[in-house]
Amino acid sequence: MSDSAPEPVFEDPWHAQLFALTVHLNETGRFDWPDWAARFSATLKRHGLERELNGGADYFNAWLETLEDLLAESGEAGDGERDRVRQAWENAYLTTPHGQPVHLPG
Amino acid sequence: MPHDHSDHPHALLPPDPALRVKALETILTRKGLIDPAALDEIIDTYQNRIGPRNGAQVVARAWSDPGFRAALQEDATAAVSEMGFYGRQGEHMVVVENTPSQHNMVVCTLCSCYPWPLLGIPPGWYKSDAYRARAVRAPRKVLAEFGVTLLPETSVRVWDSTAEIRYLVLPMRPEGSDGLSEQALAALVTRDSMIGTGLPRAPEGAP
Repeated sequence: MSDSAPEPVFEDPWHAQLFALTVHLNETGRFDWPDWAARFSATLKRHGLERELNGGADYFNAWLETLEDLLAESGEAGDGERDRVRQAWENAYLTTPHGQPVHLPG
Repeated sequence: MPHDHSDHPHALLPPDPALRVKALETILTRKGLIDPAALDEIIDTYQNRIGPRNGAQVVARAWSDPGFRAALQEDATAAVSEMGFYGRQGEHMVVVENTPSQHNMVVCTLCSCYPWPLLGIPPGWYKSDAYRARAVRAPRKVLAEFGVTLLPETSVRVWDSTAEIRYLVLPMRPEGSDGLSEQALAALVTRDSMIGTGLPRAPEGAP
């Protein structure tokens, strides 16, 4: 718990992507930051009822759930559409030979 | 048969949340709502260009320049904006000054609000339930875990950040740092000393 050892800014690449996606959506006016913070803290509170959350994966899982709910609510990315595209990415990874870049078909 | 990871026939499948983030990016990009290049730029900014060194410059300048220190107390948002550090979320910055009688410590009990332009992305512990809950309830105990012991007569004040107000602690200038340049002073300022969970480093050769 000291700052003598260097730590990565983001533990996992998807944490960075998710952070940037959210900041970008805020900056382009999809939602304002106090609204985001209120929603995010509600998710953290709900998750934290079951167990003590760490500041790493637990934290960004709560962040992701908050953004998914927000975008579903605003109609920009509904649940069904999200599931379909997520599955398409999974299939793309499973059918792309190791070492080659992974793209969605089409 | 042992599972040999070097012999994957297909690309390594990322974890579920990573796939969900990719799905959101794909959907929003297809709808023209986001610009993938802008995401890369935001990541680069926070990974490489914004960090506690910004805050350290502010602290070192406040230690060296009484006029700047007064401006910081008056309107920190304006004072640090002039140094090129401003919030992208429209937040206000407030600087709280440590004195022999009061030590300041910053937390965000609701989520993880933090002065990004001055300190970058908060460390994992700042975002943990353990810190967020205990910083308010038992600040001296938390400080002790960080190796900070205060004089009994020093009170501890905990500042709870919000989406609108982000706090930065102005630590006390270390003894034995007279005559140091701003740059040398900035090197003494640690990230934790600006959150209030640490103290600045002692200058070399100081007792």
